[in-house]
Amino acid sequence: MEFGDILLAVAIMLGKSLLMLVALLIFIAYALYADRKVWAAVQLRRGPNVVGPWGLLQSFADLLKFVLKEPVIPSSANKGMFLLAPLVMCTLSLAAWAVIPLNAGWAIADINVGILYIFAISSLGVYGVIMGGWASNSKYPFLGALRSAAQMVSYEVSIGFVIVTVLMCAGSLNLSQIVEAQNTSLGILGWYWLPLFPMFVVFFISAMAETNRPPFDLPEAESELVAGYMVEYSSTPYLLFMLGEYVAIMTMCAFGTILFLGGWLSPIPFAPFTWVPGVIWFVLKASFLFILIAMVKALVPRYRYDQLMRLGWKVFLPLSLAMVVIVAGVLMATGLAPGMR
Amino acid sequence: MTVTAAFFYLFATITIASGFMVIASRNPVQSVLFLILAFVNAAGLFLMMGAEFLAMILVIVYVGAVAVLFLFVVMMLDVDFAALRQGFLQYLPFGALIGIVLLIELIFVVSAYVIDPGLVRAPAVPIPAADVMTNTEALGQVLYTRYFYFFQAAGLILLVAMIGAIVLTLRERVGVRRQDISKQNARTQETAVEVRKVPFRQGI
Repeated sequence: MEFGDILLAVAIMLGKSLLMLVALLIFIAYALYADRKVWAAVQLRRGPNVVGPWGLLQSFADLLKFVLKEPVIPSSANKGMFLLAPLVMCTLSLAAWAVIPLNAGWAIADINVGILYIFAISSLGVYGVIMGGWASNSKYPFLGALRSAAQMVSYEVSIGFVIVTVLMCAGSLNLSQIVEAQNTSLGILGWYWLPLFPMFVVFFISAMAETNRPPFDLPEAESELVAGYMVEYSSTPYLLFMLGEYVAIMTMCAFGTILFLGGWLSPIPFAPFTWVPGVIWFVLKASFLFILIAMVKALVPRYRYDQLMRLGWKVFLPLSLAMVVIVAGVLMATGLAPGMR
Repeated sequence: MTVTAAFFYLFATITIASGFMVIASRNPVQSVLFLILAFVNAAGLFLMMGAEFLAMILVIVYVGAVAVLFLFVVMMLDVDFAALRQGFLQYLPFGALIGIVLLIELIFVVSAYVIDPGLVRAPAVPIPAADVMTNTEALGQVLYTRYFYFFQAAGLILLVAMIGAIVLTLRERVGVRRQDISKQNARTQETAVEVRKVPFRQGI
């Protein structure tokens, strides 16, 4: 390959990534705003309504506030790792978006093992939390980090089994092909949320536990641990932790959209609806999942730690394992398995 | 080609350097973090060889689960470095001896290394090209057919190890009240509440 070609390819890749990042971060800013508005609406409050019309610029004001504040590093902290932890968290959660296809062929990297890549990246997210908790050299952050590590490892197992059932139905590890496998004449009824409904529920709950969302926000439970692993963080490092968390939640919403809600496909497969660009459907579906998660935060009280572990290991793990066997059996018996058609 | 070579040297250098730092760094937590860096770069090397499935599994299993538990244990240990370094000179000859023996053994093993004739024959069985069949698909085709017994044996070994760990740590504690959620859910108004007429000035 010519040197110029390589340079061009790198430039195109950089441009794509930058576009994706900017779009994603602006979307996250409004997702955060929507989260707070939903929360407020459930509690009969108004929520953010001062900065800009209807408070629409609240997230940007918060960004400025965080960046302009003074970062405090505890004197007994392990300085390098203390600053590295939020970077790890934020970078890893943003890295997952490299493989997510927003429309047919719109992924930055359409790799064959995209689903495993997302799974791997989301399982690495725990390092930001552990490093932050350990490097703070303080009790509450450490307890929060330990809780979070146990919690994320537990719920990864059931998410793994959920992914396996979807893979068996779709017959591919490529995210675009998983979406295409849901493209039937049935429209919304042909997506995997209907035949795999129990797994959709397991995925939804595990996604919340995996991203430390309420009601599973035990690593940062403010009534027990102040703010868990984030206690010692302030200003930009804190912002990076929060950003990483919200990006991870959005990733899980996008992942759920791809696995169960047919990605960029139109819910009704006729002419006027199929003219709508796929990316709009994708964003609508991901937002729908996000609003659901925001509602759960407002409605459900926090789990106790032993209940959380019980739910993960004693309910979800056997259930998802049984579903893997059942789905495999049904696919073989009916001849619907991807290799047999 | 040059890009591939550059990436290979990048990954390989970081792998070796972080492997060295695992044994060189003073803080055990930093050692584990360098180990993780080595794992991730090894996954990068796998990717460059086209073994994308192995690369991702390496990250998911080793980095995402095994190293987390490692880090867990190491963080909780309160290692006293002064005590560790106390008998260093005393143990040095033994350590050096064992190291030399291991090195000689390694040299013997490597010099007598013969590639299994079965493996040499395997390429004779046509392996589909990357554009015909993905890496994952090709692996799946042999894992559950040709290497079925090895796969099952590996699973069985892991199962035995897991049961062993559970047996070693299981401790029946008496007198502990546990929450039984199915019992709680099975309660109805009839079994939980009793309405009584309390006679005045008599109580129940």
